[in-house]
Amino acid sequence: MTATNKKAAKQREPLFHVAKRDAVPLWKSLLIRLVALALAFLFCGLLTFLITRHSPLELYESMFLDVFRTSRRVWKMIKDIAVLLCISLAVTPAFRMRFWNIGAEGQVLVGCLATTACMYYLGGKVPDHLLIPIMLVSALISGAVWGLIPAVFKAKWNTNETLFTLMMNYIATYLVAYFLLVWTPDGSSTLPRLQHGHLPVFFDNDYALIVMVVVALTLLMYVYLYYSKQGYEISVVGESENTARYVGISVPRVIIRTMLVSGAVCGLAGFLIVGGLDHSITTESAGGRGFTAIMVSWLAKFNPILMVATSFLLIFLDHGAARMSQDFGMSDAFPKVITGIILFFVIGCEFFINYRLVFRTKASAKREEKA
Amino acid sequence: MSKRILSLLIALVMMVGVAVMATSCTPDKPNTNGNNTPAGSESGTGDTVEIPADFKLGVILLHDENSTYDLNFINGVLAAKEALGLSDAQVIMKRNIPESNDCYEAALDLVDEGCDVIFANSFGHESHILKAAKETPDVEFCHATGTMAHTEKLANFHNAFASIYEGRFLAGVAAGMKLNEMITAGTITAEQAKMGYVGAFTYAEVISGYTSFYLGAKSVCPSVTMEVQFTGSWYDENAEKSAANALIANNCVLISQHADSMGAPSACEEKGIPNVSYNGSTAEHCPNTFIVSSRIDWAPYFKYICETAAKGGTIATDWTGTIATGSVVLTDLGPNAPADGTAAKLEEIKTALQNGTINVFDTANFKVKGETLTSYKADVDTDAAYEKDTEVIENGVFFESKFRSAPYFDIQIDGITLLNTNFG
Repeated sequence: MTATNKKAAKQREPLFHVAKRDAVPLWKSLLIRLVALALAFLFCGLLTFLITRHSPLELYESMFLDVFRTSRRVWKMIKDIAVLLCISLAVTPAFRMRFWNIGAEGQVLVGCLATTACMYYLGGKVPDHLLIPIMLVSALISGAVWGLIPAVFKAKWNTNETLFTLMMNYIATYLVAYFLLVWTPDGSSTLPRLQHGHLPVFFDNDYALIVMVVVALTLLMYVYLYYSKQGYEISVVGESENTARYVGISVPRVIIRTMLVSGAVCGLAGFLIVGGLDHSITTESAGGRGFTAIMVSWLAKFNPILMVATSFLLIFLDHGAARMSQDFGMSDAFPKVITGIILFFVIGCEFFINYRLVFRTKASAKREEKA
Repeated sequence: MSKRILSLLIALVMMVGVAVMATSCTPDKPNTNGNNTPAGSESGTGDTVEIPADFKLGVILLHDENSTYDLNFINGVLAAKEALGLSDAQVIMKRNIPESNDCYEAALDLVDEGCDVIFANSFGHESHILKAAKETPDVEFCHATGTMAHTEKLANFHNAFASIYEGRFLAGVAAGMKLNEMITAGTITAEQAKMGYVGAFTYAEVISGYTSFYLGAKSVCPSVTMEVQFTGSWYDENAEKSAANALIANNCVLISQHADSMGAPSACEEKGIPNVSYNGSTAEHCPNTFIVSSRIDWAPYFKYICETAAKGGTIATDWTGTIATGSVVLTDLGPNAPADGTAAKLEEIKTALQNGTINVFDTANFKVKGETLTSYKADVDTDAAYEKDTEVIENGVFFESKFRSAPYFDIQIDGITLLNTNFG
């Protein structure tokens, strides 16, 4: 073998290369995720010590234990998971169809607005048992309409749904700002809690109703997506519009129908937020959850059942960050960095589930030489 | 292969080792360390109250240190904490709590942590904190800038504000002195003495603020006029910056603001336009243009509520801080921008405000549509209809913060032009 050949062989065989994995068994993929989480926490612990000089164990105690310390905190966590999950369930049908709806924020907000409007104008004039259904229907319709508009444009003129739904968020925000001005003549734009139309409290727990609704919704959405004809149509359109057309599925119809469902479920989330929790509205009522929901849905590979776990992860990190900020008396910038790093590891490990690193070994080098 | 696993393992062990070592080196956990200093013994003032070691203050903040508004509260809390000799564990701050049910949840969580007094700092927190107050009658709830305590009549719910219009008036005097300096130097004519003001909402708290600022400037520079641009948000750095830039482009020669970000001051520093700030000194970031800032020092109030609650007393339902209580203060003057003699003039006016020879809203000093006001009803008692219920002009003076601590002066006076209302 000549020297040049040897050199070429060396170039052909780098230290390692990336290869696509075949299907990974569940236990292995779970193990990879666990290892990623463990590494993330080790890394964050080290960073915490180096920057803040607080012990990583304190950090972990704050993040892991303190967030579960009282039953109130646990319930708040369950409630926050339920609300985030509700919005995540809403965006999922559209995502399975590869319709990039990033307008959940706005769709939730108009749901909030419609609910608040009913409470503001009808509260006290209509009995609560009638008012609440009116609130619910208005929220569902307004959310659905907010989803319908970009869907129609996409179906008829193939407009870019990402930009369109994003723009609709701003319109929703300013609609809320406008109505707040109308409802507060003193100019404060702060609407105090409204007295009528509060959702009923079950089992002496403010959050029970929300949790029950979202549990039911999760199961419903799972069945809808995996076991219904419409769910199948969504998947086909998502895989290939041409295939869908070939088998006789009306693509525009599926797009519009799916976005109606998406928007309406967002509206439901708005109804739960205002009717069950805030009893009032601000431009921040959706609180960025419309965007977080995208991550929840994506991390769970658009599977409603797995989304319970991913929304738990995100809410847990969020509460952990807030708890750190409180326990260590710092702004929440550093805790947010920590949660960002953890998410980076979690999302990054998906790479190692789909691909593997193949290192250069003596055996392979020998094979090269022989060749 | 086994070598790689081994090296990975070693690396892991080392990291865990660092973690464990770090724990053993750190003497105490941030939130559970004991109260080392005898409570209250170091506060230095005459009649100090012994604060028990198990006493806790909980504070709910809308944003964090990045907001000038919240930073001002955080500084107040820390000052009171030091003055009262409270330990870290006795003061719990919750940052970034939105004006929603989250505020109510945060308040109840603070109750669970054993807080005796819980304070919330944002106007929009009020109805949520009120709900928590109704459910936990044995904990004291205090709320800054709110209006409902004097009508709700709950024993454990209290409002607080300060006569910040006096501070604004003083800041206005400093602005007027700067305008006079520019007129004398010939940079502008007397008619060109136009100030710009970036406001959040067309709401009494803001209107009272910019009007008192304007009247302060007018008291030394009679030809001054002012334009106000609203952003429609308490905290929107971009909106505040572009509002300030719009005012500067509109030939305003001095800018002040009532919104919570660094937007307006930094726009001024970039353009070299003098700025009168709010909530705290911006001298560090704006050394060339910062004149002075008025602010509410919340430390006296925090001290007051802690001491009162600790000795089992009754916290005032509606507390108004003043220059005398040390609640209404000016920061140090800026290094470069203020006109000569500003400090002496401010001292003189401050004394006059305190002994009552100057009243900020003296109806002789401003006109509404060319007329002098003789009577005005303000919406002092909160109700759903926003009814104007209380006569607030007595003996030719509009008495602000007398019938309740939160401002209610919401009159548009001559000389001030609103470029938009609420937002653009």
